[in-house]
Amino acid sequence: MNFVRYICTLIAGAALALCSFIGIAVADTIKIGSFLAVTGPASFLGDPEKKTLELYVDKINEQGGINGKQVELTLYDTGLDAKEAVTFVKRLISEDQVDIIVGGTTTGETMAVLKEIEKAGIPFISLAGASVIIDPPKKWVFKTPHTDAMAVGMVYNDMKKEGISKIGLIAGAGGFDKSCMKNAQALAEGAGISIAIAETYGKGDNDMTPQLTKIKNAGVDATLFCGFGGPSSIVTKNYAQLGIEGPLYHTHGSCSKGFIKGAGDAANGVRLPCAALLVADQLPDDDPQKTIGMDYIKAYTDKYGSDVSTFGGHAYDALFIAVEALTKAGTTDKAKVRDAIEATENFIGVDGIFNMSESDHMGLSLDSFKMLEVENGNWKYLY
Amino acid sequence: MKGATVASRYGGVFVLAVIVAVLPWFLPNSFYFDVVINSGIAAIVCVGLNLLIGYAGQISLGHAGFFALGAYSSAILTDNLGWPPIVSLGSGLLVVALLAFAIARPILRLKGHYLAMATLGMGIIISIVLNQEVDLTGGPDGMPVSSFSLLGQEVDSELGWYWIVGGSLIITVWLALNLIDSAVGRALRAVHGSEVAAQVAGVDTTRYKILIFVVSAVLAAYAGSLFAHYTGFLTPSEGSFFRSIEFVTMVVLGGMASVFGSVIGAAILTALPQFLTVFHDYEHVMFGLVMMLTMIFMPKGLLPSLRNWINKRTS
Repeated sequence: MNFVRYICTLIAGAALALCSFIGIAVADTIKIGSFLAVTGPASFLGDPEKKTLELYVDKINEQGGINGKQVELTLYDTGLDAKEAVTFVKRLISEDQVDIIVGGTTTGETMAVLKEIEKAGIPFISLAGASVIIDPPKKWVFKTPHTDAMAVGMVYNDMKKEGISKIGLIAGAGGFDKSCMKNAQALAEGAGISIAIAETYGKGDNDMTPQLTKIKNAGVDATLFCGFGGPSSIVTKNYAQLGIEGPLYHTHGSCSKGFIKGAGDAANGVRLPCAALLVADQLPDDDPQKTIGMDYIKAYTDKYGSDVSTFGGHAYDALFIAVEALTKAGTTDKAKVRDAIEATENFIGVDGIFNMSESDHMGLSLDSFKMLEVENGNWKYLY
Repeated sequence: MKGATVASRYGGVFVLAVIVAVLPWFLPNSFYFDVVINSGIAAIVCVGLNLLIGYAGQISLGHAGFFALGAYSSAILTDNLGWPPIVSLGSGLLVVALLAFAIARPILRLKGHYLAMATLGMGIIISIVLNQEVDLTGGPDGMPVSSFSLLGQEVDSELGWYWIVGGSLIITVWLALNLIDSAVGRALRAVHGSEVAAQVAGVDTTRYKILIFVVSAVLAAYAGSLFAHYTGFLTPSEGSFFRSIEFVTMVVLGGMASVFGSVIGAAILTALPQFLTVFHDYEHVMFGLVMMLTMIFMPKGLLPSLRNWINKRTS
């Protein structure tokens, strides 16, 4: 009797566990799948991305969908967990049977799912920054944000214009920071820039005065900071406190109002390359990105009432590159849609003008960046 | 009498084996396989962790650290040094066993909150190392891991992984049940009841505590190693504090001192977030609610509470 009871308990328990699996119905629509870090440490990236996707999928459906078919968005929150990202991608592919995937807020999540994407053969447009995602190009993988190497290239161009030749570098321990620093060192010689000193700080440090003091003593013309998030503001504040000569440059990792708010007055004078979106209202009227940027800002702020960020812009571009490819292909056949994405030409997005090719799965050129300067706590468009 | 003992000891393993053997026919696609495989991997960790928490009464808030160490040693030895995966796995387990042995003695002298703090600290140190050693581990952005292969045979299908993880889980459960029913198990329960009384009765409490700490750490590392090869990409979040808490929650939810409870707790907590996605923005609220209600109405955990309920009904 005891044994029977025991078995009953186990079976009841197992049934309980199995109850957690429930299927989802299928309808004749175009399905776009997405996995984003909407919650967790990267939510300031994932949240605007999610809002942008939802906003524009609704708009597309109001306007009649793609090729007469309604669009269905299936979006999962990874909470910045690479393991969850992999599970959700498998779910999108085999359970939800989506036609294309747009998502992957960070480089870590994106890299984690590439194996599944390539195995399943489904077009995927990533929203993460690092160049490793598309370099070397992978058959099914595309991305929209600018790379760190491009930001460094843009900064070096500006330095030459300003007659700067000897610089200091400061970076954190994160993946973006390291990659940016490596590119800064690799590109320096070709750009005629000499790096007098390169300093790094640890994850979670909240005072970079020691590193910046060394840079000050090295007597540089300008300093380049590689990083994003909280450290952007701290480095900028410390830089101002030490009264270091010469301008401070940032990369596009600081293209958010949060950076200016954090650094306060110290942010004034910082020069950095950003997507046109932040200064859409200051662009000359003949700039092709002006209209699209203004439209996006209006739609986003009307709906959500909060400031736009370039991260939502990455999602906007990825979604519309996907929509354009689906429209052109006239089918949801994965291989044809992939070919259509690769053939993206002169696509005007908020990040810039995309021209993809077999060897370039991002398609942005250096002139898609705008050089900005912070002035009186706001972005000022330089060129 | 003897028949009944054998039945109650191995009946569960038998049921588990039957479920594992039959389940693939009910899984429609690779997403379900993925959830089941991840459940199985978590279950291996939890069965080990339950030996420590449920039976020996010692808390560990750093087991994700061992999980990640197993995962990263497999990844680094296989990919950076080109060792065969099975050798990397073995070496990884050895390293973790030695490490666990070395820190067990000082750590397990502590009790209650202090032990929780010490294991927490250990987990965080491992997590920091994984984040900082960028050249070795790829830092916060993680590193890719090649597929598992044995004797030239590469495992890359979901079904292959299913059998590996399922088989490992059955063996783990069988080992755990045997351990609990042995002299070691009785000694452990004595330690749980009262460490002083156990010492007076002649139990070498330190030795048993260290033994069980090492066993549970090695099981976590083994699961980590499987996970690394299965997912193909590792990030330091596998060794984070939250992952440790997740493991402890699985054990508590399933039922302390219940081997099968751990398996069910792991399966539910792995599958639940997938199921709850229908609630969209309220996903995390629902998750918390399920946890709270379970603990309020089933404080002993799912399986022991269920067993009590069935016992009451049938007698």
